[in-house]
Order: sequence, then C-alpha cells, then structure tokens
Amino acid sequence: MIELIEASKTFNAGQANQFIAVDKVSCRISRGGLTVLKGPSGSGKTTLLTLIGCMARPTSGRILLHGVGKVCLPGLAVEDTVEITSLPERFLTTIRRRMFGFIFQHFNLVRGITVLENVMLPAYPTGAPVAEVRLRALELLETLGVSRHAASRVERLSGGEMQRIAIARALVNDPLLIIADEPTAHLDSRLSEEFMELVAGFKGAGKSVLIASHDPIVYGAAQADAVIEMRDGRITGCGTHP
Amino acid sequence: MNRRIERYRNILDFALSSLLRRKGKNLSLLGMYTVIVFFIASLVFFIQALKREAALVLDGAPDLVVQRLVAGRDDPIPVAYGYKISAIRGVSEVKPRFWGYYYDPVTRANFTLVASGDDPPGRESIYLGSGVARLMHLNAGNYLSLRGAKGASQVFSVQKILASNSELVAADLIQIREDDFRTLFDFPAGRATDLAVSVRNKVEVPTVAAKIAHEFPDTRPILKSEMLRTYASVFDWRGGMVIVLLFVAVLSFVILAWDKATGLSAEERKEIGILKSIGWETGDVLILKSFEGMVISLTAYLAGVCLAYLHVFFFSAPFFEQALKGWSVLYPQFKLAPFVDPYLLCVLFFLTVCPYTVSTIVPSWLAATVDPDTAMRS
Repeated sequence: MIELIEASKTFNAGQANQFIAVDKVSCRISRGGLTVLKGPSGSGKTTLLTLIGCMARPTSGRILLHGVGKVCLPGLAVEDTVEITSLPERFLTTIRRRMFGFIFQHFNLVRGITVLENVMLPAYPTGAPVAEVRLRALELLETLGVSRHAASRVERLSGGEMQRIAIARALVNDPLLIIADEPTAHLDSRLSEEFMELVAGFKGAGKSVLIASHDPIVYGAAQADAVIEMRDGRITGCGTHP
Repeated sequence: MNRRIERYRNILDFALSSLLRRKGKNLSLLGMYTVIVFFIASLVFFIQALKREAALVLDGAPDLVVQRLVAGRDDPIPVAYGYKISAIRGVSEVKPRFWGYYYDPVTRANFTLVASGDDPPGRESIYLGSGVARLMHLNAGNYLSLRGAKGASQVFSVQKILASNSELVAADLIQIREDDFRTLFDFPAGRATDLAVSVRNKVEVPTVAAKIAHEFPDTRPILKSEMLRTYASVFDWRGGMVIVLLFVAVLSFVILAWDKATGLSAEERKEIGILKSIGWETGDVLILKSFEGMVISLTAYLAGVCLAYLHVFFFSAPFFEQALKGWSVLYPQFKLAPFVDPYLLCVLFFLTVCPYTVSTIVPSWLAATVDPDTAMRS
C-alpha cells in the first residue's frame, strides 16, 4: 500500500547543526497488516511516521501510495498510485484526513473540552452532520469501553483512558491506516497488552496498523506481520519477527 | 452545499467551545472591548442627537438676521432700517429683536435676556428658561431682582417657566417685555439688537442678503444656514475634544487587544498543531480563529452599542453632558430624542470589529502554515 524509495529527511540543512533523521530509507508497508518500526530513541522512527503520515515532506526521495487513489483524492481510480512527496498542502491534508488515523505518544488530546468533543474533532471539517458524527463517536467510545467518560473533560482521565480516547479519535473518520507513535510508552504491561488486543481488533476489521515502538510487548507481539528495525535513520533489519 | 454549511456550523460550535475554555482571558477582553465601544458609540449618538436637536430648535429661526456693525463690532441697529428692508422684493416680514446678556454675580451665570416673541409677558413680569429657574430655585409666582444699567435693581414677577423641549438652546433664557428691556439696559430708543427678516422664496435668501449688504453697508446679514453651520461646528468641536481623550483610550485598547490577540500561547500553538495533524486544513484553522475573533468583537460591538443607546437616550448621557452641552453653570436637563445614523454605525462596526478579527487571524495563519509534525514531537 505504501512504498518509500530512498526517502530522507534532513533538519537544519546546510547549517552547522544539520541533522539527518531519516537517511535514504526504502521499504514497503503492506495493506491489512501490522507493521512495527523498532529502534532506540533517536533512530528516526517518529520522523519516518510523520513522512508516511503526510505531516512533513521528505528532503529527498519519493513516497508512493498504491491502490488507494480513490480514497486519497477525488477524481482518481481505486488502482491509481499517488505520489505524496510533491503534493500541495491542501491535498496532503485531504489524504491525511481520509487515509490516516493518528495515535500520538502523548495522546495530544485538546484540554478543556469533553471526551466526546475530542473524538468528534477530526470529523468537524469534513462537513459530516454533527448528529451522525456524534453517534459514530459514541459507538467508538462504547466499543473501547470508555463511553461513561463521554461528558468528562479529558484532563480528568487516567493514562490508559486517555489512550483509548486517542484511539477513538483516530478511528472517527474511518481511516485505512492507523499510525501510532510509542503507544505503550505511558502504559503498564497490562494496559500495553490490552492495547495490542485492540490492535488485533483493528486488523480483524481490515485496517492497516503502523506502530513505532521500542517496547518488546509491541514488536514481539504475535500480531506483528512485519518488523522494521531502525538505527541512526537507516533500516538495519526487516522481517516478520526480529 | 449542505456539507459546506455543516462544516462551518461544526467549526463555529468548536469556536464557541474554545472561547468558553479560556473564560478569564476572553471575558476580560470582552469587557474591555465593550467599554471602549460603549464610549465611542455614546459619543457618536450624543453628538448626532445634539446636532439634530439644535437643527430642530433653529428650524423656527428667521431666514436672515441683520446686525449693524460699527468699527467691526455689533451695535444696535436703527429700527427704521427694517422699513426699507421690508420694501426689498421677496421680503415677507421684518421684525426688530431685542436681546442681550445679563451676568448674575451671585450664581456666576450668564443669562440671555430676550424681548421679542409673539406672546410677551405682562408688565414687570418675565418668563424663565428652566435652567435659570432650576439654578435660582424659582417657580411661577416668585420674584426675581435684576440690576439695571444705571445701578438700580428692578423686580420682576416670574409669570411662567418655559417648556423644556427647547432647553438645550433656551436653558439660560429670560423673556421680558420690550419696554422693560429698554429700561433695564438703558437701551437707545429707535434701535434694536438686530432685525429678523423672513423671505418668501428660500432660494432667494442669499440674493436678499446681498441686496441688504449693498443697500446698508454698515450691516451684516447672517443666513439661517450659517447659524446652523455654526451650531454644528460648535457641537463638533466639543465632541472633538472628547474624541481626543477617547483616542488615547482606544489606542491603549488597540495595544492591549493586539497583545492579547496576536500573542498565541504555547497551548494555542500546540492545539493548532494537533488540529492540523488530525486532518484540519490551514483554511479550517483560519475559519476557527476568525469565528473566535468575530464572536468576541461582534458581541462587544452589539453590547457596547446597546448600552450606549440606553446611556444616551434613556439616561441622558451622564458621562458626557457636562462636557458637551455647554460651559456655563446652567447645564440643560432634557432627554435627547433617539436618533441613530446607520452610516455611523457601519463606520463604528468597521473600526472595531474588523481590526480585531484580522489581528486574531494573522498569528493563527502563521502558526497554521507550519508542518503539523510539531504536534507529534510535543
């Protein structure tokens, strides 16, 4: 579904503090599976996620989305390939909204508003009727077992509950690929196991999952279809299990 | 089309929710903003209503007033001039008028004494303007003593208090009989203060004035339009003084609003990053911030204008009246007739709502054009 061809990302290019976060990475991420980016802190996992998730542009190289043309942009056929590297910002936003659901390391929920509003947020600019979005959000909260918190402010929730809210938010626009950055970093082992069970559920529902993590519970999980090992911005290993 | 409306509705919902999250900041800004709009709108309403009031009062003024000048100074005009002026073609009536000023050292106030009018008081009687009556605690049936030009006091009976609908211009008025006027001021016989000239065809007023000036080179004809202009400029000038003071207040507000509106907090920046990372376009963020700015500025505008309307037309503008209605100790007391100029309301709208809304959008636009991956790293 996603193909990277020698994708690189350099910060502060040409300056004394130039830093190459991702260095000529080439790989394929297949549809319907769980792919884990494994590696220590600073290995370039998060930067690679931002490139794949259309949040930042690569300094060089190409990123292609195969077989999702119709989902990505209006007017394209299903089998069309979209190269996201050179697309204008507004097309990237459309792709981001339609294709990806993000679960951030620190959850990045908006403080001061309710859990339900947080989950509904990604759907607001789509123009979907608010009643329909509300219903979908409540269903997701119910599925994830946190519907009792729908009217609560997010800052009053525990770490595990916040993560479930972040998951619900990532799913509200029904994306094809769920991207999670260190999703278990703030969870204990039990909650981490529960998260992986949820991931298995996503896979069962036909969604693709891409996770960056250095937690053995994640990259060692039976659900992982591919593990890509990274160090110093490069891919150092690839396989179904490390 | 429906989706587009729904999109705006959803973003507006979130904008309102966002404003409620920062209650303290937004309420203080709203309060400050409302006060400024209130003062400016009060001033605009007040000046407009005063000018209109003066125009209404002067509506009954003569088309022309003819004064005599001696060495460039006003001098009593011979009543005989009136007979010759009435012979000019187009002149319908000429009336001599008798009026002057009387300084009362006890109250330190200047009164205007007038001896013309269709309904003169009885002998040794006077009509009092409501301002004079209020200042001197006089009612109909009381007596008022005035010191004449020769030093002797004359006592007058107060026959009635003049109606307050013309109080703005007539607050300091004392109406007196012509013969009493002449005695009090030792006014020369056969002379009047000025002549009030009526002209049948109003278009001919400047022509008649030119003829009078030609025939009587020692006179100065004053047109009604010139009097209206003088009143208007006096009110404008008084308003201008307050505008200078308000300008300082508005400037302070603009600096405050700019600081509040442009200084996006770290939390707001982070939120913009989150919104972009979950699929909001830069345009969506700008709409959100515009709605936030518009809600604040529009609410402040409407509240300020409504409060100003109540302040000026229901409570007689207690904050302004002493500065704007007159300099004498005889402050008029009356209610201004409600009058709102839509043009000025529009000007006020564009001067208050637009700058604030724009000042909220610019920093948000700068923040929203940054790659959303900053949210991933926060």
